[in-house]
Amino acid sequence: MIKSIKPMLAAAALSVAMLSQVAVAAEEQFFPIPGYRVGPYGANGQAFYGGFVDYLNYVNLKDKGVNGVMLTYEECETEYNNAKGVECYERLKGKAAKSSGPIHTMSTGISYALIDKSAQDKLPLAMMGYGRTDAVDGSVFPYAFPLVTTYQMQASAIVKFIKEKLGGDLNGKKIVYLYHDSAYGKEAIIAMEAEAALNKFTLVQIPVAHPGNEQGAQWLKIRQEKPDFVVFWGWGVMNQTALKAAQKVGFPRDRMIGSWWTGSEEDVVPAGDAAKGYMAATWNVSGKQVPLIADIEKVVYGAGKGNLQDKSKIGTVLYNRGVSAAVLSVEAIRKAQEKYGKGKAMTGEQVRWGLENLNITDARLKALGATDLLPEIKTSCDNHEGSGKVKIQQWDGTKWVPVSGWIEGNKGLIHPLFQASAKQYAKEKGITPRDCAKEK
Amino acid sequence: MNFFFEVLIGGLLSGVMYALVALGFVLIYKASGVFNFAQGAMVYLAALSVVGVMEFGAPLWLAVILAFAIMTLFGIATEKFVLRKLVNQPPIALFMATIGLAFFIEGLAPMIFGSEPRALDIGIVDEPIEYILENFNMVISRFDLVAAGVASLLVATLALFFQYTRIGRALRAVADDHQAALSIGIPLQQIWAIVWGVAGFVALVAGMMWGARNGVQFALTFTALKALPVLILGGFTSVPGAIVGGLIIGASEKLAEIYIPPVMQDLFGGNFGGIEGWFPYVLALLFLLVRPEGLFGERHIDRV
Repeated sequence: MIKSIKPMLAAAALSVAMLSQVAVAAEEQFFPIPGYRVGPYGANGQAFYGGFVDYLNYVNLKDKGVNGVMLTYEECETEYNNAKGVECYERLKGKAAKSSGPIHTMSTGISYALIDKSAQDKLPLAMMGYGRTDAVDGSVFPYAFPLVTTYQMQASAIVKFIKEKLGGDLNGKKIVYLYHDSAYGKEAIIAMEAEAALNKFTLVQIPVAHPGNEQGAQWLKIRQEKPDFVVFWGWGVMNQTALKAAQKVGFPRDRMIGSWWTGSEEDVVPAGDAAKGYMAATWNVSGKQVPLIADIEKVVYGAGKGNLQDKSKIGTVLYNRGVSAAVLSVEAIRKAQEKYGKGKAMTGEQVRWGLENLNITDARLKALGATDLLPEIKTSCDNHEGSGKVKIQQWDGTKWVPVSGWIEGNKGLIHPLFQASAKQYAKEKGITPRDCAKEK
Repeated sequence: MNFFFEVLIGGLLSGVMYALVALGFVLIYKASGVFNFAQGAMVYLAALSVVGVMEFGAPLWLAVILAFAIMTLFGIATEKFVLRKLVNQPPIALFMATIGLAFFIEGLAPMIFGSEPRALDIGIVDEPIEYILENFNMVISRFDLVAAGVASLLVATLALFFQYTRIGRALRAVADDHQAALSIGIPLQQIWAIVWGVAGFVALVAGMMWGARNGVQFALTFTALKALPVLILGGFTSVPGAIVGGLIIGASEKLAEIYIPPVMQDLFGGNFGGIEGWFPYVLALLFLLVRPEGLFGERHIDRV
């Protein structure tokens, strides 16, 4: 009898152990991903979301999740289309009600469409390098996070870099701002105008109609203006067209500095030799020299769980940007768990708190293996940006090479512009801003 | 004045690039009376086929031949699986079929060859011609001149083909009336397959020129947007009309982009510009009011 009970007890014990494992495994942190891998900008999305998902898998494989909470995700294809973006959000939000990581749409249009909805649904919306920039003011936009830096701070940092290049004085110099004639392209104008007034340089604004695959007239005008630098806010095919057109009129590429949406491999490779020497801002570096990127390739792809079919994208600007976005998202969950309970899945509301209280120092980046992958970040209720720094990188014909350290935009000049805009938005929408002093 | 001519010549040369795409539309329209919505997608497929084949290690000349084979097969398949069932159907049915075709190509092509933007080097550098720059201080691109030469050659060949060959005459007969053409023994299916193959070839030439200029990527499908006002101006049925329409649109949009915004700014303040996206369409609409059939289009007269 005893002999027969022993195996039964062992089996029962095993069952309990298995059940407890199931219970642990059931604690999952869900990431809704309304992203895009096909359509006009599919190549950009493939690298970004490939990096994003690879990091989630990396955390699962390497650390068994965040304090035991496994990371899961579901992607919905938006094709960079606003209507489809909203549809995807609506489809995923039910699943995200229990637990949700930050939502990354990689689209300013979709972000604008979701900014009010996500606040109502208490789901955090991350807009890293795109989206509504006055959401830096978290008192008005509690659920929106234009993390790391914004178009305006980027423009200001680029002007600072140009100033240094031109011997520290911009008085009497001329800068052309060549931009995609859309909300995205127009965002930085306010910063460029403020910098022009402050530094007494002449600013010439030249818009390019979407999609920007024809820029003959604009570049003839630039040739006529003879600027010291061209600051370039392009997107998609407009980027390669600009580089080719600059070559056509003989404008030196090393006097062109683009925004971060003009500074990936996808932007310069199709332009061939015309892109050599061209510079662009970035808030994350490229390459596999970053230990984390190399380790992701080893751990995730070594286990056969890599998200990319084309491994050559690993280490590219946009892949590393996807990893950076995932690092900040996971760190926000970690931070939230410190407050709301380690080992538990966090709700969107709790993750929002985590995003608002990020403090990622160089020491923390080093511990993550992400030294210099992105700048230090410290967010708060009144600063959802957290950094405002970019690096300038230069295309040498085969790879992007950083040619500056982290440069911070003129916060004293730019942030009041955000606050004024956010205040106006609050007035229009009847929002009572939070008292950030009470949030500390 | 020097700057004016620089803009004008640059615009005319850009117009030739638009005409290259417009030619594909004209061919299909002449042979079937259908506006081929998929022409932009065909330009994309053709260019993507060239770079896709080259990635397997093929030299440019072989890649072009294979891409032409792909486009010809595509033309035959389009006739067999899409158009054959639609003979004698209203033109709108054929038009709707080409919309479906466009989406099909836009999904299929990147699935086969990948969607990342790629460079296409056809051995012509897009740089200013030194002699003109030094002596006249004007920027004229070597690449644009070659494109103009290619387009002229293509237009001349196609015009002769339509005017003086049996197939050309058959194509025109089919365009006039499918049923009448069939009744006198013109093999409609064969004619359609040929014309879609030729349109595929034109798409290949346009795709290579545009791809070499801006990179091979999804945005090549947008080149069709540049061709529409050219067609309205030049007429949907005229091969020389496509080239003349292209020249007018190219030159006028560039001159407008340079000279209209400063006037608008003086009058209304603010920052104008980026008007070349819509200016050609306004011009084409105005032209429609005066001459609906286009510059070289056939005037349609119905007996009452």
